[in-house]
Amino acid sequence: MLFIDYSSAFNTIISTKLRTLGLNTSICNWILDFLMGSPQAPAYHLVLEGILILWIIRLLFSKTYKLQERSDLTEKEKEDLIEEWQPEPLVPPMSKDHPSLNYDIVTGPPSHKIIVNGKECINFASFNFLGFLDNERVKQKALTSLRRYGVGTCGPRGFYGTFDVHLELEDRLAKFMKTEEAIIYSYGFATIASAIPAYSKRGDIVFVDEAACFSIQKGLQASRSFIKYFKHNDMEDLERLLKEQEIEDQRNPRKARVTRRFIIVEGLYINTADVCPLPDLVKLKYKYKVRIFLEESMSFGVLGEHGRGVTEHFGVNIDDIDLISANMENAVASIGGFCCGRSFVIDHQRLSGQGYCFSASLPPMLAAAAIEALNIMEEDPVVILIWFRFFIFMYDLVNKYFQIDSYSAVKSVIGEVYAPALHLQLERSSGSRDTDVRMLRSIVDYCLERQIALTLARYLDKEERFLPPPSIRVVVTIEQTEEDIEKAASCIREAALAILK
Amino acid sequence: MARWTGDSKESSCQVVLGHGPRAQVSLESHSKGRQRFQRPESFENPPMYVAVMTYLGFGIVTLFGYFRDFLRAVGLEKCHIAREREEQKDFVPLYQDFENFYTRNLYMRVRDNWNRPICSLPGPVFDVMERVSPDYNWTFSLTGKTIDDVINMGSYNYLGFAENDGDFLKTVADRTQQYGLGVCSTRQEMGNLAIHEELEQLVASFLGVESSMIFGMGFATNSMNIPALVGKGCLILSDELNHTSLILGARLSGATIWVFKHNNMQSLERLLREAVCSGQPRTHRPWRKVLIMVEGIYSMEGSVVRLPDIVALKKKYKAYLYLDEAHSIGAVGPTGRGVTELFGLDPSDIDVMMGTFTKSFGAAGGYIAGKKELVDHLRSHSHSAVYASAMSPPVTEQILRAMKCIMGLDGTTVGQARVHQLAENTRYFRSRLQEMGFIIYGNDDSPVVPILLYMPGKVVAFSRAMLKRKIGVVVVGFPATPITEARARFCLSAAHTKAMLDQVKSGVSYTERVGSHPCQSNTQREWGLIATLYNQKECPVPEVLLLCSVYNNVCLY
Repeated sequence: MLFIDYSSAFNTIISTKLRTLGLNTSICNWILDFLMGSPQAPAYHLVLEGILILWIIRLLFSKTYKLQERSDLTEKEKEDLIEEWQPEPLVPPMSKDHPSLNYDIVTGPPSHKIIVNGKECINFASFNFLGFLDNERVKQKALTSLRRYGVGTCGPRGFYGTFDVHLELEDRLAKFMKTEEAIIYSYGFATIASAIPAYSKRGDIVFVDEAACFSIQKGLQASRSFIKYFKHNDMEDLERLLKEQEIEDQRNPRKARVTRRFIIVEGLYINTADVCPLPDLVKLKYKYKVRIFLEESMSFGVLGEHGRGVTEHFGVNIDDIDLISANMENAVASIGGFCCGRSFVIDHQRLSGQGYCFSASLPPMLAAAAIEALNIMEEDPVVILIWFRFFIFMYDLVNKYFQIDSYSAVKSVIGEVYAPALHLQLERSSGSRDTDVRMLRSIVDYCLERQIALTLARYLDKEERFLPPPSIRVVVTIEQTEEDIEKAASCIREAALAILK
Repeated sequence: MARWTGDSKESSCQVVLGHGPRAQVSLESHSKGRQRFQRPESFENPPMYVAVMTYLGFGIVTLFGYFRDFLRAVGLEKCHIAREREEQKDFVPLYQDFENFYTRNLYMRVRDNWNRPICSLPGPVFDVMERVSPDYNWTFSLTGKTIDDVINMGSYNYLGFAENDGDFLKTVADRTQQYGLGVCSTRQEMGNLAIHEELEQLVASFLGVESSMIFGMGFATNSMNIPALVGKGCLILSDELNHTSLILGARLSGATIWVFKHNNMQSLERLLREAVCSGQPRTHRPWRKVLIMVEGIYSMEGSVVRLPDIVALKKKYKAYLYLDEAHSIGAVGPTGRGVTELFGLDPSDIDVMMGTFTKSFGAAGGYIAGKKELVDHLRSHSHSAVYASAMSPPVTEQILRAMKCIMGLDGTTVGQARVHQLAENTRYFRSRLQEMGFIIYGNDDSPVVPILLYMPGKVVAFSRAMLKRKIGVVVVGFPATPITEARARFCLSAAHTKAMLDQVKSGVSYTERVGSHPCQSNTQREWGLIATLYNQKECPVPEVLLLCSVYNNVCLY
């Protein structure tokens, strides 16, 4: 066995030299002690320790093993791969006669009398419910605004894109809806699509009606929340989901304390033309502590005595709804949308609503037009009442033609009595969506020939979560006379007779 | 601070910390003889201690935030925050407390610098409505007075088409009278007006492409059309500074998103190689397609995309290119046709040309232009065409008239004169600021001129002091910019006169004199005197006061 004697290895150190270096005595002694007083160690021990130390150093400095980095491709191979790769074309090839490629062309204004593909018709397709599109007062107000502000705002709200007109419109909308605050967006679609992700984040839970419109679907997608669909207007199904969630919450109360929940419904569904059972929803809201967001694009200016929408229609306290959003592109006949509710909720969007913060604000003349439309609605709520009578008349007529008479087997009307936009669907589908669409399209064409402008309800078949069946959407407006409506109803009937057999 | 040039090794922290001096040297031209070089772009770094002070500033403000939260919790400070309804107190809170910390304690103290309401045309000068706040910006009330003739350096009115001259706007007024304001339907249903189609043809001929489609909102043009182009199994390579609308569109599309460093071709090429060579992660299937998304001019940096390089890369790796010209269309290029013209590139090299009408055209909305197949595909698959309202007729007319004016189709040279005027104003203003020694970002051609201020307190004081000098500027800080790079931004317009620009220039040097001067270049460092400004009680924020005194101390010693 070999021993190495450390103590003699440092014999030559002269402690006085250390002292001259300026170290004091006790430190010198300690150093000498350490160097010479160490015990003798066996060589194998040293060798072993040495190996261990080397191993540790190797471990420390070696690269961690990663699968991705084991790329054995040489530059040549990479070049070959790049050479070989053929991407798909940017857009798939499309046939020239794709049904949604050739739009109907409207020359002139899209108001009550409309020229579609060169033919003057009565408009049963635009959502110009209250006829504000060709209202002289609205136009004059817009022109005054144009003379003062020009057209564009050239900036988002934050950067000098806030005009006095915007503040006035927000104020007026809040007052009209009897809420604390309103916020306007420059595009109807972006309104609810921005509002949802401002509140509902990853991990939150949203209960949504299956018939929810596309902008709600996009908002949900952007929010990355957990989405639960309930059957259209089926409160039992919703309650079942809420109960399930309650059980889940009891299992994991810590998570439940930070998981926000929302119910998102439409006031008057654009896809089905029926109204949500709001009083029941409010009951469920308090029972299960879920917030309600209400999309009122179709019902704003339509339902309720003053046109305030479903809350007024059902006499529900508007404060019970956490957020109401609507666009100003239907009844108001301008562009843009708004959200209203309590300041606690709405104000958050001024920093978190993407479509609000990062988009140019609404052109002042469009805001001015919306203000004037609100003025008319406030001054003259009778307008809405008269109109109400109108679409009840329309509903009866269409019903008379399609459900009570012998052709009831051919077509069915979807929607409620007070819906301004009804859907006409095929009673029996031919089995192929394309054929159905083509049949309905020929009804539309037949009516266009006879000066009734109708339109198919358009959807993106592949994008919709629950694709509604194909339908013709018939819109009733205040400008149509009883004769117009009768003419339209009989025309549709004729068309159905001729085409559907 | 770490210096970083295009070809050096990148480290991930620099994405957050920002950029070193990126003096981008002219690029080699590629295929065609008439291609232009990229003008130099500067991204000079501030001195080290500026960065330290900025972090320190944020640190102090954050500490004060916590202190204030504490005071509110014990009831010593009045709580202005809107409250949850009594009936809903037991609901899950709508906001997490920490989410709003920044808003409540930092933004709220200084928010008078944003959302300033105006009550006139957003032309070269505008009238700002005076606001007062009795409670440190928690609430504002309008005094009814206006600050008249404030020079507008904030609006994106590049070509001065935000105007209310009756003669110019005659056609717009006529359209309003004829059509009304809205359309009340979507393009696919009953909202496809003949004037929309007329505009689409004009846009296509303006850009020199086969076809185009217009949309009612610029933001939605991106967010509602990208999903129609790419989807699952596709890869999007997106510049790190891309606009929110592009990011949203990319996210909604379901495609995989990889981010490359701002305008950095090495970073982009590395990702492209990686994408083509290794395919999709895990499955290693080849990507269905690769889409590069860039902007023409980046609105917060003032930088111009390195388009010739990107086109070369895109061709080499067979990727597609989506170019967002929101800020560049009309604003750059000898005849205002955007970055493709600036670089002398063939527009057909760009697969998707997108742009907005909000800025140079003084209207609203956006377009996508390119090959006929692309536009036809969008006509039938764009979310916007099917579900969103068509463009308002008067707005359409405004775009028509502005675009005809730029193209000279109105029989005048007014449009071209404006394009030249903007280029001249840009050159003049940029060179004046450079002479004064400020750190400004961006490309020499870019009408967006960000001037770096760095400290959060300075940003606020600068904006307020400038408004006192009747100059409206936009200031941005964290989180819109990296934390150390708060800045003020000037947007030039053809409608600005030389006198106005000189006034802005002297305004900047005035604020410099009283102390809130922007950060000067390394070459002309001159710090100090900052307390002068804050002692004038221009800035009612105690945190900032303290911050400045700390700052001042450090500067003096």
